[in-house]
Amino acid sequence: MFELIGVSPQALFGQLLLGLINGAFYALLSLGLAVIFGMMNVINFTHGAQYMMGAFCAWMLLNYAGVPYWGALVLAPIVVGSTGVLIERLFISRLYHLDHLYGLLLTFGLALVIEGVFRSQYGISGLPYGNPLPGGTNLGFMFLPWYRGWVVVVSLAVCLATWFLIEKTRLGSYLRAATERPDLVQAFGINVPRMITLTYGFGVGLAALAGVLAAPIYAIKPDIGANLIIVVFAVVVIGGMGSIMGSILTGFGLGILEGLTKVFYPEASNTVIFVVMAIVLMLRPQGLFGTPR
Amino acid sequence: MPEAQLAVREVHGWYGESHVLHGMSFEVAAGEVVTLLGRNGAGKTSTMRAIMGMLPQRTGSIAFEGRELIGLSSNRIARAGIAYCPEERGIFASLNVRENLMLPPVVKPGGFGIEQIYALFPNLRERSTSQGAQLSGGEQQMLAIARILRTGAKLLLLDEPTEGLAPVIVQHIGEAIRTLRRQGFTILLVEQNFRFAATVADRHYVVEYGRVIDMIPNSALPTYREKLQSYLGV
Repeated sequence: MFELIGVSPQALFGQLLLGLINGAFYALLSLGLAVIFGMMNVINFTHGAQYMMGAFCAWMLLNYAGVPYWGALVLAPIVVGSTGVLIERLFISRLYHLDHLYGLLLTFGLALVIEGVFRSQYGISGLPYGNPLPGGTNLGFMFLPWYRGWVVVVSLAVCLATWFLIEKTRLGSYLRAATERPDLVQAFGINVPRMITLTYGFGVGLAALAGVLAAPIYAIKPDIGANLIIVVFAVVVIGGMGSIMGSILTGFGLGILEGLTKVFYPEASNTVIFVVMAIVLMLRPQGLFGTPR
Repeated sequence: MPEAQLAVREVHGWYGESHVLHGMSFEVAAGEVVTLLGRNGAGKTSTMRAIMGMLPQRTGSIAFEGRELIGLSSNRIARAGIAYCPEERGIFASLNVRENLMLPPVVKPGGFGIEQIYALFPNLRERSTSQGAQLSGGEQQMLAIARILRTGAKLLLLDEPTEGLAPVIVQHIGEAIRTLRRQGFTILLVEQNFRFAATVADRHYVVEYGRVIDMIPNSALPTYREKLQSYLGV
């Protein structure tokens, strides 16, 4: 069968796995964006920088405090999420009564500042981070490195847990209700401003978690987020702004699509997501899983 | 009159530049059903929003069970034991009936259980898995009242609960309000329909230009009928 379509199974599955891993990062990052946009109506352009901060935070924890990968996996999202809480309280919360554009400009500017600071401190050559799960297993049709499997599993678990939290729990119903009528939810006795601050912190924490997961795979550089975030925004647009399940499914789906394109038509692999975005925007402007607003 | 549970004194309120409450003053005793009657734009809804802390700017004094509310944010006011059912009902379209019902947190002990709520509004049990957006106007109104009964709030602010509803549903809501009164709830009701108000309330405050201009005990309503008609312009 593989001879028929002219590719080796190793190449096909290898690229599929790579696509799945990219998809895991797309899903985690677009999920954070979807949570923030869905609950706050803020397009968080700092997201890429916060992903990068997650990776750097893991590196710093290891090199300055001796905290290994497994500790960083929990600590870095909390630390970076707290900086998100600070950013929301200090800056973003002042912009809610203004046009979307102001939030976009602010978060974009913050991203430039943060990346600039890291560039001047750590340069652009990239910092190494050891693989906490070396080795792998031969599945017969392909070799699966343990760490890459771990990334996919963690991403899937965190994505589904977030979906459950927002769609199925009482806290989630507060969040969903507050997107419709924040004034009324507050008049029921819920501290909506604090809930929004924590939501932003949570979304940022998701970005940082993706950063920690990425640290052992990619060199830690100040621009890793800026490169990734453009694709992630395309994923969010395709999935539908603010749709939780939409961003998870499109994240993984587009990662796999990208992987497949690398096998069958490598020239298009860098653009395929944007082609899909253009097609989706023409046929279904609200995105695959979005609702028109 | 027994000591007031809610005492509103000289309250002024603004939406930006627009001054909507001009020295609003009235009292509601525990266990009473009191209406604010008045024309459109007289300041009835703004009074509700001022009590709830939902008006952008307000001054004066609003005391609930002796506690001053004027400086508190609306979540703290709700926690003091006041619940608000807005005129537009405020049913969350993306939540189903049960989620809407369970949304307001319990702020005090002694609220209704879910079975008590279903006994009062049996329709809600059948509709419990429907999305909020799919409900009829009457069902939305029942849900909007039902969900604040769970919270244990002692004072209910109901803003035009009969607006735009069919007569049979208005009757049902009226019965529900009388039941709630018997259970010891204090109810502040905004109404334009004084025939309905007369069937549920103990007293009526007539509101005009953002202040109370008259108070009518329900028993005296027949003798006031002509005066009231001139107040309300009907």
